[in-house]
This record gives sequence, structure tokens and C-alpha cells, in this order.
Amino acid sequence: MNMILSKTIHKELYYKMILCRKFEENAAKMFNLGKIHGTTHLCIGEEATGIGVCSVLAKEDYILQTHRGHNQSIGKNMSIKRMMAEFLGKATGYCKGMGGSMHIADFSVGSLGANGIVGGGIPIATGAAFTQRYTKSDSITVCFFGDGATNEGAFHESLNLASVWKLPVLFVCTNNLYGMSTHISKSMNISDISLRATSYGIKGISLDGNDVLSIYRETVKAKEYVLKNGPMLMVLNTYRWTGHSKSDTQEYRTKKEVDEWKEKCPIKRHGEYLLSHMLFSKEDLELMHIQAEQEIRDAVTFAEDSPEPCIENILDDVYAE
Amino acid sequence: MREITYAQAVREAMSEEMRRNPNIVFFGEDIGVYGGGFGVSLGMLDEFGEDRIIDTPISELAITGCAAGAAMTGLRPIVEIMFSDFITLAMEPLVNQAAKNRFQFGGQASVPMVLRTPGGSGTGGAEQHSQSLEAWVCHVPGLKVVIPSTAYDAKGLLKAAIRDNNPVVFIEQKLLYCTKGVVPEVGDEYLIPLGKADVKRIGKDITIITYGRMVPRCLKVAGQFSKQGIDIEVVDVRTLVPLDKTCLIESAKKTGKVLVVHEACQTGGYGGEIASTVVDSEAFPYLTAPVKRLCGMDVPIPYNRYLEAQIVPTEDKIAEAVMQLQNY
Ligand SMILES: Cc1ncc(C[n+]2csc(CCOP(=O)(O)OP(=O)(O)O)c2C)c(N)n1
Ligand SMILES: [Mg+2]
Repeated sequence: MNMILSKTIHKELYYKMILCRKFEENAAKMFNLGKIHGTTHLCIGEEATGIGVCSVLAKEDYILQTHRGHNQSIGKNMSIKRMMAEFLGKATGYCKGMGGSMHIADFSVGSLGANGIVGGGIPIATGAAFTQRYTKSDSITVCFFGDGATNEGAFHESLNLASVWKLPVLFVCTNNLYGMSTHISKSMNISDISLRATSYGIKGISLDGNDVLSIYRETVKAKEYVLKNGPMLMVLNTYRWTGHSKSDTQEYRTKKEVDEWKEKCPIKRHGEYLLSHMLFSKEDLELMHIQAEQEIRDAVTFAEDSPEPCIENILDDVYAE
Repeated sequence: MREITYAQAVREAMSEEMRRNPNIVFFGEDIGVYGGGFGVSLGMLDEFGEDRIIDTPISELAITGCAAGAAMTGLRPIVEIMFSDFITLAMEPLVNQAAKNRFQFGGQASVPMVLRTPGGSGTGGAEQHSQSLEAWVCHVPGLKVVIPSTAYDAKGLLKAAIRDNNPVVFIEQKLLYCTKGVVPEVGDEYLIPLGKADVKRIGKDITIITYGRMVPRCLKVAGQFSKQGIDIEVVDVRTLVPLDKTCLIESAKKTGKVLVVHEACQTGGYGGEIASTVVDSEAFPYLTAPVKRLCGMDVPIPYNRYLEAQIVPTEDKIAEAVMQLQNY
């Protein structure tokens, strides 16, 4: 039988997903206006993954995000204001403007940081889980990475290590079928990535990555499981609607494929569930949208009004005292 | 003569070499339809097909090692590593295998491969997508290291690198990809031998020794100083290993004042090698001022665009260093 989720949880999941969607739509807009330097990786279409997983976690549980990690950060209750400020490279941003969108971190809520190196977070997560076991904490580490990252040595070495040491780490693979332009059929000889767990003698599961409720429920179970048994690999099958990054012309896939996936929008799906189960009314959802839009506007104002970091402080964080 | 971009020059070098030698294959992430992270290989898939333009999984260690193995057995692979920061993942096969296999097997093997990768900051890529790590590879005997600063040099040097029988690390400059330069027509073949520096501007008062994207910047500063009657010679090292010591030393003897400029961090940077090459030579008695280095600050590359621009040698900082030498 399905675990019953409270109205509060439903609201949290839905609100975080629309907040993330609007955050990114806004980020893309600012990008096009030239307000943002560098590049950005949007997770539009994948919101259910990080939000479904992270909403289960306690503050003490660690997460390691990916370059496409806004949904993971928002899921872990990070502040939109400080994320937006970091995006603009401002001193009030999460990393004082030093990291940008690819390196958002908030240690105060257990986020050990997004990574610009594909697979770079996987060994780090393993180490964080080592600490948790060593200090006998009852928290876990969740490590996010993409399908493409599972072809890096870091993935295989870390899963092996975590499996022999039975570390409390949940490896979450966001399978959006592509690593940049490369379809998984060209980069691996399997289509179900959770099979990779078998080589390490750990549990692997594969879920619909656009079903936020099933992701939430399975994560509740997974947290218990990894605390007791050691690592597990959870594969969330989803799709990114936009290009890989700002410079992607998407020659490698068809519009038809993209449109088909847009039909499976995780937000629309959850919204329909809420209405059909009469958990919320149309007006309730409408209000949430208005609130989220206001939150984004406030974040943009905060970020734009914030100061740039100064060159005088550039050496401050190269070494610890 | 026609002008093409630095990126086009790199593409032409690869394509021309691939036409003349069927044993050249090209490995990299998203180099096919996508054309590589910076569009350098756009169109090559159409001409050479999937057998030779090979999209790989995201596995830098494996593809670099695979290239080394293929090189030892008769092919001449080119590997593209999307950002030079990711050579960290390819270091083992590059440093312990490709660089060593000729020597440690008593000369039986040769490893004719080219690892191409773009380096440098200025794109907002932040800490993990902006580094200049050339000093790392310069420190490994068995590897050659090239960093071109113009489209002309990029083409001629890459063709030579592909024909070289050793592993060559060919570091391109992201911020130069779109810059244009005069390059002979396709078919008017030229090669630039590895190990030859190039005097990009002749002068008599001060020598600036530099490479990569700092070359155009130093040339600009030199142009400004010429109006004030200070005549700066700009030497583009082009090939860091092997280093054209003669060229550097001759220029130092002529001007007596040397400024070394590079974008990479100062500590452990290749500028130290260049400076000591000059000091530890017959140029020493000709020097009329200490050899000076102007490098990137010893910090990771920050995301914020203003800070990012300030931690590398700027035109102002280069001009200031020139004045210090001039007034010494
Ligand atoms: C070690 C490394 N190699 C290559 C890249 C360039 N790169 C950035 S994201 C990406 C694709 C990653 O694919 P996947 O893991 O599936 O994540 P997705 O982008 O699909 O979310 C690549 C190749 C990188 N950042 N780091
Ligand atoms: Mg992917």
C-alpha cells in the first residue's frame, strides 16, 4: 500500500517545483539580457527528481548537487535570494560570488556543493558518508549525478568503496537520456542504469523521474535502507527540456521527442493529482503560483541590489586560518 | 590573403592531416554532431564519418589511455579534452603511460598522439573550467607542450604536432577561438616546427616573453609604448617544451631587460622556467635589470566577472611592469 502523504508535504513538493521552474525561467531570461556571466544548465522538466528526494531529508543529511542542480538545492530548502545573488556573482550569494550557478553550496542546510566536474561529487559523497558512519550519526548522504557521470571512473570506484565499507550513501542518478549530445545508447551498453548496482552487490532501483510522489515515497524507504544496509543506487528516469547549456543547438534530438516529454511534465502531473484528489482547489494552486512569482521577484531585486565582491578580499578563502 | 578564426585553423589542421593520413582518428566527448564544447570540430563528422570522428562516453581517463594504446600500435590519435581542467582525470594515462612508454621500454614504443584541450579564464567558467595548467605537463619528460596564440600558428603547429612521433599536449586558448588571423589558402601547406619561438614584434629596449592569450595583450601594450619611444620586443614562446632557449637568450642579450608574462598562477608556473633560462645563460652579463615575472595571482579563478578579469595580467598591470623595468 502507498504511504499516505500529508497535505503539507503535497504543498511543499508542488510549491518547490513551481519555484524551481520559475527560478530557472527567470535565470534564462536574465541570461539572454546579458546579466549573467558564464554558462548555466537548466533542469526544466527534471524538477521532481531533486525536489522529491531532498524533501525527505533532514537538515543533517548531506547532499551533493550536480551542475544541473537547482532542483536539488531548492529541494534542500536553500534560499532563492542567495541562489539568485550567486548567479549574478554578488557578494551576498552563497559563495560570495566566487562559484556561480555551477558551484552553489549551503553547508548550513547540509548542501556540500554543486560540482562542475562530471562525477566529481561521487567520491566526496562517499567521504561524507564515511564521516557519518565514523561519528555514528543517524544521517545519510545523498549524491546526485547524471547518466553520463556513470561512465566516469569516479562512479565505479566510489560505488565499490561505499559498498565494501557499507556507507550510508544514497547514489541518485538523474537519467535524462543524454550527456550533452550523447544519448545513453551511445555511451553505455545497458539501458537500465540501475543494473550497474549489481556489480557492486548493492541494491539498485529505477523510477519514473517525473513522478514526484513515487520519488518521495521511495526516498523515505531508501533512507531507512541505507542507514541499515549501506549504499543504494536510485535511478530517476526523466528528460531535460532545454539544451544542455546556453550554447546548445540540439541537433542531436528531435523536436518531437522533446514535445513528447513535455507532455509528461512533472509539475502538471502533480497538479492534476492534487486537483483530482481534491487536496487543493484550482484557486489554491493559483495562489501558490502568485506567491512563487513574488518570491522570485524579491530574489531578483535582492540580487540586483547586492554589492559585487571586492578584489581586496580575493585571498581570504584560498587557505583556512 | 584570407583570414580565418583560430578555431577554424585548428579544424583545418586536423582535417588536412586526416585527409592525408587514414591512420588518424579523433576521440572526444561530443565532438561529432555537437562539434565539441567550443564548436572546433563542427562539420568534421560529415566529412570523415563516425569511424574516425568518435564521440566517447564521459571517460577522460579511458579515452586518453585508449589513444595512447592506439598510438603504440600504429594509429595517430587526436584526443579532445573539453576543458583543460579535465586533464586532471586523464593524468595517469598521459603522465605514467604515454609519456613514459618509449623510454621505459628501451625505445621500442612510440606514442604519436595529440591531446588538444582549451585552457584559460575569461568566460565565467569559474574554478573548475578556467585554469591554465600547462606547467603540470611541462614538468613531465616525454611530453611536448604547445600553446599557439594566432590562427596561423595554431594551424602550422597542430599539423606538426600531429606528425610528431611523441605525445604532444596542445593547449588552445578559449578566448582566442574567435580571433581572426591571416592563414594561407587550403592547399598551400605549411608546418611550423615544434621548438621554435616567434618574435611577434621586434624591439630594442625591453623584451616581453609570453605565450597564448597574453600575446595579443602584450602586443597591444607594446604598441602603446612605442608612441612614448619605448621599443618593446615581444617573443611568443609557442612551444613550451621543447623550449627555444636560443631565441629567448638572444632577445635578452639585445634588450637587457626581460618581462615574462603568463596567465597561469605565478607559483610553480612556467614563467619561473623561462626566467631562469635567461638568467642562467650567457645573457646574464647583458641584463640591466632583474628579470621580472607578471603572472596570474595565486588564487583559483573566481566566477564574478570583475574579479576574474583582475586576477590575470591586465593591460594596466603589464604597462606598470614595463615602466618598472624601464625606470630600473
Ligand atoms: C570531467 C568532466 N568531463 C566533461 C565535462 C563537460 N560536461 C559538463 S556536463 C556534461 C554532460 C553530463 O552528462 P550527465 O552526467 O548525464 O548530466 P546532465 O548534464 O545530463 O544533467 C559534460 C560532458 C565536465 N564538466 N567534467
Ligand atoms: Mg544526462
